[in-house]
Amino acid sequence: MTLTVLYFAWLRERIGLPRETVETGAATVADLVAELSAREARYALAFSDLKAVRVALDQDLSDFDAPLAGVREVAFFPPMTGG
Amino acid sequence: MVVRVQATAFDYGAESAAFAAGARGAGAVVTFAGLVRDNGGALTGMEIEHYPGMTERALAGIEAEATARWSLDAALIIHRHGPMAPGEMIMMVATAARHRAEAFAAAEFLMDYLKSRAPFWKKEFTADGTDWVAARDADEDALRRW
Repeated sequence: MTLTVLYFAWLRERIGLPRETVETGAATVADLVAELSAREARYALAFSDLKAVRVALDQDLSDFDAPLAGVREVAFFPPMTGG
Repeated sequence: MVVRVQATAFDYGAESAAFAAGARGAGAVVTFAGLVRDNGGALTGMEIEHYPGMTERALAGIEAEATARWSLDAALIIHRHGPMAPGEMIMMVATAARHRAEAFAAAEFLMDYLKSRAPFWKKEFTADGTDWVAARDADEDALRRW
């Protein structure tokens, strides 16, 4: 499947890009993270502490064991600091 | 029920007056504004990043929940993104209800939720460099009271 993957805040800075298109067979968010982390050190570094990372699937907050079937957009970002 | 996400500054007085004028039937209006703290003069600026699309969606969801829970007559959320100077207004919320208890509670609910459930990230600029603001445990704890 083809996913649009977005990165925000320090994840965007560490990985070095705001978005990319990823061709993947990952079943869950955790599988996708493992696949990205295996690519290059900058991904492994960005995803080294998943307690500090949040994920949204098609713009709804989700979690790392959520399935990716039917999903088009995955976003990774740190805990939010609005207000 | 209005949500606005914008880079430009807003006029808190004019927004508050227009909100109150449009809240017919309400007996109480509460408004709150969040400002860029200068941290004792150490902060030179702030930049707020957001997730276009999800931001509007998350804020509308939070506003709809508050409106239903406290039977609000009106609600408003304005939140800025982009670069800001110390002392500038980052955001405001306004709630209108029959009585003040509902308006105060709903405004606090909106603030608690948008702090940690709306996709905004603050970056602070100081003479020493830049830092992403870390989420505080207290902000997450604040959600449990609702």
